[in-house]
This record gives sequence, structure tokens and C-alpha cells, in this order.
Amino acid sequence: MLKRREVTASLNGLREEARIISGLGSSTYDLHSTGDNSRNFYLWGAMGGAAMVGLGVAMAQPNSNIIVLTGDGEMLMGMGSLATIGVQQPTNLSIIVLDNGHFGETGMQASHTNSCVDLAKIAKSSGFNFSTTIKTDHGLKNFLTRFGDLPRPLFAAFKVEREKLVRSLPILDGVELKNRFRKTYDFLPN
Amino acid sequence: MENKAPRKVTHHDHYWKFTKKISFLSFVPRKCSTRASRYKDILTGAMGGNNKKDTDEMLLGLLKKHNVDFLPFVPDAGHARLIDQAFDDPDLQPIVLTTEEEGVAFACGNWLGGKKSVLLMQSSGVGNTVNMLSLVSNCNFPFVTLITMRGDFGEFNSWQVPMGKATPTVLMAMGIQVLNVRKREDLLNTVDAALYSAFSSDQRIAVLISQNLVGRKEW
Repeated sequence: MLKRREVTASLNGLREEARIISGLGSSTYDLHSTGDNSRNFYLWGAMGGAAMVGLGVAMAQPNSNIIVLTGDGEMLMGMGSLATIGVQQPTNLSIIVLDNGHFGETGMQASHTNSCVDLAKIAKSSGFNFSTTIKTDHGLKNFLTRFGDLPRPLFAAFKVEREKLVRSLPILDGVELKNRFRKTYDFLPN
Repeated sequence: MENKAPRKVTHHDHYWKFTKKISFLSFVPRKCSTRASRYKDILTGAMGGNNKKDTDEMLLGLLKKHNVDFLPFVPDAGHARLIDQAFDDPDLQPIVLTTEEEGVAFACGNWLGGKKSVLLMQSSGVGNTVNMLSLVSNCNFPFVTLITMRGDFGEFNSWQVPMGKATPTVLMAMGIQVLNVRKREDLLNTVDAALYSAFSSDQRIAVLISQNLVGRKEW
């Protein structure tokens, strides 16, 4: 089992110019805990939408690397978007799931991935060109070394511990989050 | 085993027998001019009003005039020709979705990356988008959706009626401006206004295209 913030921090260390979209709840706090960045778009709601927001950016900016960082519950709610992404075959989109097998924000109820559901297999059969589940430190290190060269669309589920961590809260202001993210591509607000 | 009795002919059979399927504005004359000249008409402001040209293609031209890049969609018979034409057009990319809320999130991501989406769906799909619309409202994303209505005019399938009736209310409850199109001659003008307003001043607008205009579904 891995630690979610270690996975997040090590991915963030490799990001360079990549934009990261985080799913609501713990994934947003995890991403913010690595340090705030205008290239992050934190979702505070819109459960199930992180992967599709990521696809929207990825198709708008095909030369820009886009990473979606989300949890198992959020990804399960948007499971159809794996099919939609598979059809579009974006070569710049990676979906990273921090999978603790539980709905962490709402009282740690067991999720589907705690039972029989395998998100990586669903991604694979949806047409992702690389899909894996990583459970160990060795697997993480191996993944990080190869991350830049792996084919996209990429899906990786990291099996992480069920932890209650101190929340690291980004700003809530959606308009500000939108405008500062767009500014990283030199777009001005209307 | 007992033979199944032939199905009794009902008044519905007679009613629907004479109801020709009208795919989105299909009774206007087609191939009356080249695509290039139609697009020119749009650019020079000749579109709209009571123009009898192929309105579907003019709608496509209008989307291009506003530099729309992507058309995420859950299909509807009313949008079928527009979607087909968009697949043939190098400037527009249709994105097939598994559920309408994906299109809302996609459109927001698209704008984050500086591109424009218009979501195509039917009224039944509005119910699937409700919570995702909070992303649009909360971040003031520009948002346009073209919705073909079911259950609002001459509906045969009663299962389509509840969501059809609720569609404008649900959209308005989520802070989306609703523009109704009940006459063909209002369509292009209304879509033009919606696109202009949404993308120039971060508005959220749904254009509801009446079943009266789309045509009844053939059974």
C-alpha cells in the first residue's frame, strides 16, 4: 500500500509544465499540499467531472500535458468518461487515480474498488494505450521513471492507504481558479 | 400454445401512418447552392429570417462563424444531420458522450484550454446534467447547449413527457438562461444571440428547440 501524498508529491515533482486537474475531496487537498500552482485546476464539486474537464483541456491544447488526479469514488461516478476518452485517443492525457477503496470525505464507506471493480481493466478495455494498477513503492518508482515515455491516453490506479489527513485547502473561488489557469495559456478574462 | 392474436389497430396507427418523420428542417429544399456560397451568405449577414436554404447547414456555418471547435453530443434524431455534417467538416469536431454531464465538464475544460464547445442533447438529457451545471455556474464558464425537445408538442411516448415538461424549470433552477425556439425562422437568430452572449460575456444559455420544429418521431 502506498501513501497518497507521497504519490501526489512524486508525480508533482515530474510535472514540469503539465496542467493538473484534481477531483473533489482528498485529491484536491493532496494536490494543494504539494504547493499551490496556477497550472492546477482544483475541483471542489462536480463529482464525476474531473476526467472530462481533463479531456476538454487536452483536446483544446494538444501540445500541453494534462494530468487528472482523482479518487476512486470520483472516477467511478464518471466511469463513462473512460469510454469517451478511449474513443478520442488524446496523446497528452493521463488519468491518475488515488484508490483507497473508500469514500473518504463522507465517512469512509467502502467503494466498488474495495470489492470486485478494477478501474485499470475498465480503462484498458475502453481503449487507453497504457493502463496499470500500482501497489508498491517499487511499482511507483518504476512508473515514475517511465512516466514521460509511456503512451497516452494513460491510466494508473495507485492503491493507497485509507488515511485521514490534515486538509490542505486551495481557494474556493471558481472564477479565480478559472482565470488564473487560462492565464497560463495567455488567455485573458472576458 | 395459444396463438397470439394480431395486434388491434388503434387510432395511433392511423395517426402515425400519416405523420412523416421530419428530421431537423428536412422539408426545405436541399442542394440549392454550394456550401461555400451558403457560408458566404452567413458571413455577409444574409442568414436568418425566412431564408429557405438548408437551415442545418446554415447552423453549422453559424457555429463556425463563432469559432466553435467541438460539439460534444448525446445524439438526438433532431440533431442527426447537424452531427453528420459536423463529422464531415474539418473545422468542427463532434465528441460522442456516454452521458450529457460529460459534455458539460468537457465544455468547461475546453474553455480552460481556450476553445469553444457547444453541447448538443435532447431534453431528456438535461436531467443528467444537473449537478455538473454547478461547475458552469460556480466558475462563470461560458456555456451554450442546443436542446431538441421531447414531450412538449405532439409527443407519442408518454415516458418522454415528465423530463420534457421539467426541462426549462430545471435549467433555470441551475442558473441557465433559457431561450425558446418555436418557429423555424427564429432558430438561427436565437443561436447566434446565444453564442455571442455566452462567449463574449461568460453567459450560460440553453436554446430549447421545440418538437413542433424538429418533427415528431416516426413509429
